[in-house]
Amino acid sequence: MSLQVAESAIQQAEHADEAGGGLWREAFRRLVRKPAAIIGAIFVAIFVIVAVFAPLIAPYSPTATDLSQIKGPGHIPGPSSTHWLGLDDLGRDVFSRMIYGARQSLVVGVVSMAFGMVGGIILGLLAGGLGGWVDATIMRFVDMMLAIPGLLFAIGIAAMLGQSLVSVMIAIGVVNIPVFARLLRGQMLAQREADYALAAKSLGVKRSRIILGHVFPNSLSPVIVQGTLTLATAIIEAAGLAFLGLSGADPAIPEWGRMLADTQKFLTSAPQLVFYPGIAIVLSALGFTLLGESLREALDPKNRR
Amino acid sequence: MLRFIVRRLLLLIPVLWGLSVALFLWVRALPGSPAQALLGERATPEKIRQIEIALGLDQPLYVQYWRFLEKALRFDFGTSIQSSRPVVEEMGRRFPATIELGVTALLIAVLIGIPVGYFAARRHGTWLDQLSVSASLVGITIPVFFLAYMLRYVFANQLGWLPNTGRQEARMLDVEHPTGFYVLDAIVTGNGPALSDALLHLVLPAVTLATIPLAIIARITRAAVLDVLNEDYVRTAEAKGLTARTITRRHVLRNAMLPVSTTIGLQFGLLMSGAILTETAFAFEGVGKFVAQAIPSRDYATLQGFILVIAALFVLINLLVDISYGLIDPRVRVR
Amino acid sequence: MSLLDVRDLSIVFSRRGRRDVRAVDEVTFSVAAGETVGLVGESGCGKSVTSLAIMGLLPKRGAAVGGSIKFDGTELTSLPADKMRGLRGRDIAMVFQDPMTSLNPVIPIGLQVTEVLRRHRDMDAAAASKEAASLLERVGIPDPARRLKEYPHQLSGGMRQRALIAMALACKPRLLIADEPTTALDVTIQAQILELLKELVVDSGTALVMITHDLGVVAGMCDSVHVMYSGRIVERASRWELFEAPRHPYTAGLLASVPRLDQARGEKLEPIPGSPRDTIPWTQGCAFAPRCRNRIESCTQGAPELVADKLRPDHDLRCFNPIDVAEQEAVTL
Repeated sequence: MSLQVAESAIQQAEHADEAGGGLWREAFRRLVRKPAAIIGAIFVAIFVIVAVFAPLIAPYSPTATDLSQIKGPGHIPGPSSTHWLGLDDLGRDVFSRMIYGARQSLVVGVVSMAFGMVGGIILGLLAGGLGGWVDATIMRFVDMMLAIPGLLFAIGIAAMLGQSLVSVMIAIGVVNIPVFARLLRGQMLAQREADYALAAKSLGVKRSRIILGHVFPNSLSPVIVQGTLTLATAIIEAAGLAFLGLSGADPAIPEWGRMLADTQKFLTSAPQLVFYPGIAIVLSALGFTLLGESLREALDPKNRR
Repeated sequence: MLRFIVRRLLLLIPVLWGLSVALFLWVRALPGSPAQALLGERATPEKIRQIEIALGLDQPLYVQYWRFLEKALRFDFGTSIQSSRPVVEEMGRRFPATIELGVTALLIAVLIGIPVGYFAARRHGTWLDQLSVSASLVGITIPVFFLAYMLRYVFANQLGWLPNTGRQEARMLDVEHPTGFYVLDAIVTGNGPALSDALLHLVLPAVTLATIPLAIIARITRAAVLDVLNEDYVRTAEAKGLTARTITRRHVLRNAMLPVSTTIGLQFGLLMSGAILTETAFAFEGVGKFVAQAIPSRDYATLQGFILVIAALFVLINLLVDISYGLIDPRVRVR
Repeated sequence: MSLLDVRDLSIVFSRRGRRDVRAVDEVTFSVAAGETVGLVGESGCGKSVTSLAIMGLLPKRGAAVGGSIKFDGTELTSLPADKMRGLRGRDIAMVFQDPMTSLNPVIPIGLQVTEVLRRHRDMDAAAASKEAASLLERVGIPDPARRLKEYPHQLSGGMRQRALIAMALACKPRLLIADEPTTALDVTIQAQILELLKELVVDSGTALVMITHDLGVVAGMCDSVHVMYSGRIVERASRWELFEAPRHPYTAGLLASVPRLDQARGEKLEPIPGSPRDTIPWTQGCAFAPRCRNRIESCTQGAPELVADKLRPDHDLRCFNPIDVAEQEAVTL
């Protein structure tokens, strides 16, 4: 008799996981019908293609200077047929630099998001899975991290690790750890109280199996949504750090945030130099945000009908 | 309620203590020793040794930490290398500027964000709703310093309506500042020109800083109002035949404000991060700009002191938010 | 003349990108002053939507109401919104299903009672709170002065439903609609609340429309009963008549699926096969046909009309092949 019940509880748990798989499939179906998701996907696709194939797309080298176009000190040529977006103050092709800048932003975005997500998942899993004093300690630690304003925190870490791209990515990643950790822990606590988990527990299924096999995978969808959104904020944060003078060591490597910061002295004479990288940051961040928000809505059980 | 407050206050102690340890260790981990930073080019091994003994850096770590904590509790954070003034004195000069900026920005965000979110929800699905949703998305994704430059370009450089940078015009240099809050100072001293000057300088930075919180508050308000409109108790209120006004105020807004008030409280961290960028972009002499400059000038005493104070303020504000939440929502009080 | 007259009511929900849903159609019934009428059916049959239409609480966009709803001679479907607001809570009141969610969690019970009094009975604050206390007392809430200051979460489910009833009856309405008022409550509380409702409407002469899926509720208090299925009324009769000789196979099925004390222990309950989802549109025949034991060929060829039963006086029926009265005996036995 009890064996039968156990069987059915486990089936129920498995069913919940299946529902998880179906959830994603169904969410995808809803996603492709949303105009916001399509626009976001297009922005992201353009961004990724440009970043990956930068050397093939860019007409010039991002560091090559074309001084023949500069007609005197302080002259910054605007858009022309040879240089689509014009040249910067050092005579470099802005369009090519923008293309290569996408590379830098994509790498920073993906690596720092991954860093924060993995770190957050480890902390969240420990806190939500083990509970008790482990949970309490980790959550106080997370509270502490959240007590420092994000950018200040990132500045502090980047200052400690020194001027390099890696330190910028670690800094942004670390700042995002508490967000992921809290999200996963909260979700796991809710899932642990779900009927299927309680049923399995009451039948003496091993706790580690319930948590790792069922609760954890069922808690991941908001974490993935947050990951998509974090790609956007990571790009913006990296640009902010570059603006404050914290970026990769090599100033020749084009980066949107630094391009914006370096050209601000030409705001009056050549505002386009500020405008291009700014718009590029907005559009790429907007792409990931639209995608993430649409995904969140598509996964929301409230919108399921 | 009192027990709730005391419990929350007690929870703050480990957070603040951990933070002080982390900050202490962080400064030790920074590249370049403080002695070297102080001496700069003139550093010789003997001089460095002398300074280290003078600063107590030869002592074991826990002794150093204990001294740091003791001093920090007396608000003694050492001397800023940037300005050669005590860090506390710098705090007194910088915090008013940032608080003035932050409060103005938050006011803009709340006073515009809540109505926008409310009307978007009330006209759910119309073009007005969609416009507000898209605008808030752009507001969240636009980098603060980029917006700062765009606003400067349009309103200062092109139109010339507003000042470009800074907190006051050069001709206002002899204006008295008893509190450091320029707007307040001008009102207190009854100085009309100084007041308009201070306000004009506040407009662009405050609008820049307000953008992200405004977008977030509008979004949360919209979502909260939409949720509440579907609640059974709103239907009950309708069934009672109450006027639309009463239903909106007493039954819809009051409940929808619960998540919104939490969100407003959570804006402090964002405002501080935003202030670093905004103040730098507008050459606005506040906490943010000073802290940002402290990095390249290796002004570690400043960083340590300011970060500790900012973090302490942050957790205190969060506590106040939780308490006010308890005041609006009776369900929290009993817990 | 009857107090409430619903004629040919139809409610169609339309959503962009989706097919229109005809939630209610051809619904006609009336309620006399002081009368208690039951509206019975499974969830999704349109009974709650009907009540919301009477209250004028359907969303303005996306819900089209056809036909006529007359209250005391006034046409409600075309009544301006502010007139309707003046009527709601004063002449027509409603008690909802879930007392846990139907009270505003952040304001005290007292204010939620007094706001009706102040709105419709022009009372000042002092008079309203005095009246509120006596109302709470009348619905059986002990220590009303203290309860008025408390918040919903401090009250039990039964107490909350009592408070909601107090609010509904605050202005002595002529019509009260109760939508599954006991479904969310414990069984012991259910009986108390029903008893209270019965007592209050009898005392005040308020007409009551009782919306429920529970025939036990109907049996205890309704003068006449309308059984709804898939948006239409399929049978109408007095309570005695309906319980003694249900003619529609659906009604009979509902009765047979209720456990009874006089049933032999080994005897099985007879649930209606299928679920309310297994229906066909009324345009193609009888919506109940897919689940019906008495189905004949004509049931899937055209929709039956609601007509007076040939065998029984004062009994309306929408069925091609009703259960005949002789067979009836077999079912009840």
